[in-house]
Amino acid sequence: MNRRPFLKLVSALTIASALAANAASAENIRIGAVAPKTGPLAGGAAVTQWPSIKLWVNQINEAGGLMVDGEKMMIDLIEYDDQTNPGETIKAVQRLATQDDAHFIIAPYGTGLNLAAAPLFDRYGYPQIAVSAITDQQADLSKKFPNMFFTLGTTTALAADVVKVLSEMREAGQMGDKVAMVNVADAFGIELATAAKPLFEDAGFNIVYETSYPLGTQDLSPVIKGAAAAEPDAFIAWSYPPDTFGLTEQAMIEDLDVKAFYTAVATPFPGYGARFGAAAEGVLGAGGVNPESPAFKEYAAAHEAVTEAKPDYWASATTYASLQILAQSIEAVGLDRAEVTAHLKASTFDTILGPISFDENNSNADFWTVGQWQGGVFKGVASRGRDGTVPVILKDGWK
Amino acid sequence: MDILITGILLGGTYALIAMGLNLQYGVARIMNLANGEILVAGGYFAFIAYTSTQLSPILTIFLVAPLAFVLNWLIYRLMLQPLVNRAKNRGQLETDSILATFGLSFIGVGLMLSFFGGDYFSYSFMAVPVELLGNTYGANRVLSFVMAVLICGALYVWLNRSRSGLSIRAIATAPASARLVGIDVKELSALAFALGGAVTAVGGALISTYLTLDASTGVVFTLKALIIVIMGGVGDVRGTIVAALLLGVLETVVASLLDPGLTLAAAYVMFLGVLLFRPQGLFGKKAT
Repeated sequence: MNRRPFLKLVSALTIASALAANAASAENIRIGAVAPKTGPLAGGAAVTQWPSIKLWVNQINEAGGLMVDGEKMMIDLIEYDDQTNPGETIKAVQRLATQDDAHFIIAPYGTGLNLAAAPLFDRYGYPQIAVSAITDQQADLSKKFPNMFFTLGTTTALAADVVKVLSEMREAGQMGDKVAMVNVADAFGIELATAAKPLFEDAGFNIVYETSYPLGTQDLSPVIKGAAAAEPDAFIAWSYPPDTFGLTEQAMIEDLDVKAFYTAVATPFPGYGARFGAAAEGVLGAGGVNPESPAFKEYAAAHEAVTEAKPDYWASATTYASLQILAQSIEAVGLDRAEVTAHLKASTFDTILGPISFDENNSNADFWTVGQWQGGVFKGVASRGRDGTVPVILKDGWK
Repeated sequence: MDILITGILLGGTYALIAMGLNLQYGVARIMNLANGEILVAGGYFAFIAYTSTQLSPILTIFLVAPLAFVLNWLIYRLMLQPLVNRAKNRGQLETDSILATFGLSFIGVGLMLSFFGGDYFSYSFMAVPVELLGNTYGANRVLSFVMAVLICGALYVWLNRSRSGLSIRAIATAPASARLVGIDVKELSALAFALGGAVTAVGGALISTYLTLDASTGVVFTLKALIIVIMGGVGDVRGTIVAALLLGVLETVVASLLDPGLTLAAAYVMFLGVLLFRPQGLFGKKAT
């Protein structure tokens, strides 16, 4: 069979459709999105990042578009998979800026990928409203990259509020001062463990077991057995999704007897509650929301209707809020990126999380830090400046 | 004792991961880098069967095995047979099959991603403690170990006792001479490849009861399987089992007595040791 004519036809069609797409999008706002669809962070991005983007674009286009300079403009979304590879993130941002001529680019997913992309956002003058980028370097970063904004909080705040929650439980006489602390040997886990250790010690806690394990460890039972042997009152794990699930299951199997059990990323995922059911009751985790607030309820319902999945109880809502912020800025000042950035620095935005504004370090000072599974819902139990925290309950067994 | 049992249970998991690749590489001479994707697909199948119809993964594997067998047989016939036919020697076949299956692994990830999305899939199945000699272990891990023993045992007996098994071993030992004694190398290679795929997919279904997987985790398992197969000796079921158990026990000993952070390092030190001192595999004979 001669394949040449066929190939020619296909390429002609591809080019034609590409041209048609370009022509159709002449009056549309081009929004770029780059985040993992494959690789180690894909599972997290599939819960937190992509569905909120889809929902946001869907809602705006259903409403006829964004009002820019007195004219309704629809959104064209251009998506790239960065394979959880910083090199690919950089390439995709560059492509979005130079080839696709995107008006705006949604910040990538994950601390490392956001940091990798920051210089390019800066070079091409795109505002970068980072969500899943938790770091203590916000002051330095915002000096270096004045277009970079932070919404989800800092490493130290995340660790400090866990210490605070445990301190309050201890002062209420609910538990002793023995803490077992483990972390995944990856940037996120190491940074949090490093931040948390002195905080625990200053608060008078006694760290009776401390270790780290490699990302992707297939059997975490030695970790839980080691912790159990030290008879801690609280178990804290600065963990990533697969090990969050693995540690919890091992704790169930070993019947780890603690008053407080904390795992970090993925604890607020709906899949966590679905998998562990009643055993999840009382598990503490990173993040949280106010699930009772009407704005969150409305968002969650729309999220499920459009994406057929529930949002998580932490960064999903913040991701959506960051997009609300972007949309409000565009409607206020138009498509000029420098003006949008200036507007971001100067204004207060009305989001599903409540009002958000950025301080001199481009940081949002109001965010959730610790949540807990209570009655099948992950509720915020500690926050910086957010309403709706509920009291902590004791972890009472794994049944 | 506790450490030993935990390690042996983990070794069972590793044997499940590696056994399929051993058949594929040892007999069909295909270094299948898409092995992990087949494993994840098996896990997906068990996950969907369990969450939608509450079908126990123990039963699911009887569906997964024939499906994976057919799928892998087709992959071999359609995609790999032409490579085998055209290869002038073993080295060329290895290069070609590595490249081809590497591409296949991307296709696998892409397909799973488009069908199931990139979300983690995890469910709770038999996450209850079982008491063995005074210590507790996850029932799902014990179950999967028992299944690993059954599967590996069946394979071992089949390869050593049955006529087709012996023919397969003949191909593994001397592919050129096997043809001379009337063994249908083509047919049996396809059979071994398909069987390897089925074992891998069953392993995936069992592993999904206690590990959290997503569409792109396959490569992690491919790498582990590669290490174990090479340590155990290519085409050697017994060697793979021993290597898997050794690796499981070693990782658990290091995690329990030294530091969980050193498990990876320990595994690679062991791998390096085997490569240096027994490059033909734990039980392999020196190449002549």
